[in-house]
Amino acid sequence: MTHAYLATQPPQALPPTTNTVTLWHRLFGDAITAIATVATLALLAVALGKTINWGVLHAVWPDGDAAACRAASGACWAFLSEKLRQILFGIYPPGEQWRPALTSVILLVLGAASLPPVCWGKRLVLAWFVGIVTVLLLMRGGVLGLAGVPTAAWGGLPVTLLLAVFALGAGFPLGILLALGRRAEMPVPRMLSIGVIEIIRGLPLVSLLFVASILLPLMLPDGMSIDGLLRAGAALTVFSAAYLAEVVRGGLQSLPRGQGEASRALGLSWWMMTRLVVLPQALRSVLAPLTNTAIVMIKNTSLVLIVGLFDLLSSGRAALADPAWPTPYVETYCFIAAIYFAICFSLSRYSMWLEARYSQHRSH
Amino acid sequence: MLSKIWFDRRLRGWCLQALLIAMVVGGLGWLAWNAQANLARRGITSGFGFLEQAARFPISESLLAYDTSDSFGHAFLVGITNTLFVSVLVILFSTVLGLGLALARRSKHPLVSGSATVYLEVIRNTPLVVQLLFWYAMLTVALPSARQALSPLPGVFLSVRGLYFPKLVLSGEVLWFWVAVAVSLLMVIAAVMLRPMLKLRHGMRFPLVRSALAAAVVLVGVAAWVGGVGASLDVPALRGLNYTGGSTYTPEFTALLIGLVFYSTAFSGEIIRSGIDAVPGGQWEAGSSLGIRRWHLLRLIVFPQALRIILPPMTSQYLSIIKNSTLALAVGYPDLSFVVATTINQTGQAIEGILILMGVFLTISLTVSVLMNFYNRRLALVQR
Repeated sequence: MTHAYLATQPPQALPPTTNTVTLWHRLFGDAITAIATVATLALLAVALGKTINWGVLHAVWPDGDAAACRAASGACWAFLSEKLRQILFGIYPPGEQWRPALTSVILLVLGAASLPPVCWGKRLVLAWFVGIVTVLLLMRGGVLGLAGVPTAAWGGLPVTLLLAVFALGAGFPLGILLALGRRAEMPVPRMLSIGVIEIIRGLPLVSLLFVASILLPLMLPDGMSIDGLLRAGAALTVFSAAYLAEVVRGGLQSLPRGQGEASRALGLSWWMMTRLVVLPQALRSVLAPLTNTAIVMIKNTSLVLIVGLFDLLSSGRAALADPAWPTPYVETYCFIAAIYFAICFSLSRYSMWLEARYSQHRSH
Repeated sequence: MLSKIWFDRRLRGWCLQALLIAMVVGGLGWLAWNAQANLARRGITSGFGFLEQAARFPISESLLAYDTSDSFGHAFLVGITNTLFVSVLVILFSTVLGLGLALARRSKHPLVSGSATVYLEVIRNTPLVVQLLFWYAMLTVALPSARQALSPLPGVFLSVRGLYFPKLVLSGEVLWFWVAVAVSLLMVIAAVMLRPMLKLRHGMRFPLVRSALAAAVVLVGVAAWVGGVGASLDVPALRGLNYTGGSTYTPEFTALLIGLVFYSTAFSGEIIRSGIDAVPGGQWEAGSSLGIRRWHLLRLIVFPQALRIILPPMTSQYLSIIKNSTLALAVGYPDLSFVVATTINQTGQAIEGILILMGVFLTISLTVSVLMNFYNRRLALVQR
């Protein structure tokens, strides 16, 4: 018995895959693509040519001086190397500048150590606590034979890093509190949280910095005053708390109701349920957006320029005020932007890595 | 008995909430009390009476007419219009350019998508203030003097004095001409809004939008002809050390506009791109198997669906553009925050100034959210 539908011939080989899109094809495949290639190349060539002309060929390198910079038509890198310490550390006493340098290193190392998930735990919190105390003592001085330096003389990179750490470190617990409050059953904490979060998210950061720098001193009793740096830090903290709260709320909402109900059924109190069951899962699911909020807040610390604090950007501008040198604004801003870019770009790659890792865990 | 009261969940809840209210009210009351005592000691009269006094500080540029003898209230109004003016321009430009950026990022062309990615990463990972100061430095230091101004287009001049471009000058019965323009604009908008309703509910085939456009052209043309309206271009010309004639944007405004547009385009572009990416691939495949061209596919099938995903994040993006415009303070463009800061310096009316600043921004935020939510509801999928 023969079956007509059975194959009698060996299967034919598949035609060769048409997936032969070479680089050449993608650049010059058809007329429009070719035009796009030529146009982009031309634009890039002009832009690169101008930049190289300015930044390399006609530039004054660090061995030059102010007179050479005035004469040259290109970038003045000599200014940056001359003023590097002032840009990085502000008006901190020059003989003591190893202290802000060490502070920056400690904060950057601690920040980097907090990234790998293996390191998360009680010891990390302890390390941060010890690190912050050390750094503050180091900057302020007055102990262990270190000369006292008032916060008004702090400046540059350590101030930027301290503000960022403060805003995120204090803003995170506050944000969690606001997020939990927003989902509370009791009406008063819920209304309060919604009010605080929505008002702060509706306001520009500049107005909060105004409140901290102008209004807060007016609202304290006579004789009581809070340090300017601390006030700006508080404004940044409240601001970041409102934005972090919304991210955390997203995590809380993504959690199935059953998790909470199951833990209540097991007899856990509300506090234990939140701490042991709800928060760990909720926070894990929003790690990447939390990192993105952290990037935004690191960039936002530069706004303290507006209320006259000496962060990295303001120190750079102060360095530009030296009449002995020409004023290479563009070079200085590029240098400052490069520091921010190094920090924020690595954090954004880290956030993408976290997201990929998390989605892998999910699919198992 | 006591333990019964303590373990009563409802009672405990009420007590906790009462305590919370007492703490908040007490804290705010304490701050207000201190503020009142401090103001009394410094001899500052609080209240909004100062709004009617003469401001006596200059505002370098404004849409509304402003004089140093005008009141503080008018100065605030000038600041608000300046804030809104720059925000609206940035929103328009960054949306259009953002769409271009999204398409460039999605492009299969390695050079185009590569350049778009580099642009995006650089802009997103550096602070906006640094970018604004960078553009301001580029405009004030790196540009040539007025005598050697760059002229990218005929009649447009870019120098350290700012951006100069030709202005359209109308002569004759201008008032009726503008009335005609406004009426025809309203007519066209009404036609566009009414079209889907009439077409879908009543099956009307009448070319409504086209006839509205034709009527508008006729109306404006008649108004111009009857009123004897003539148009001429006022081209800026170099006189001495500076340009006269034409329209001017100061370096402050130009830097703020360029900086905000560059910054916001990166964010809008990513929102649009992720919206387009979120439309299922089957939509593209189904469209191309029906023989629809790629561009029509994007415009008619993919984009309307992407719009639903794009709209909510775009709303908060527009709001953050308006909030970011307060960074005008860093470059010295007289927006609302600039006027508030100057007023506080001059009068010491810190509480009132900051309250006005906050009130205006909360009002704007609320209005934009309400409007966008309304639009979002219209756009949402109609479900049974």
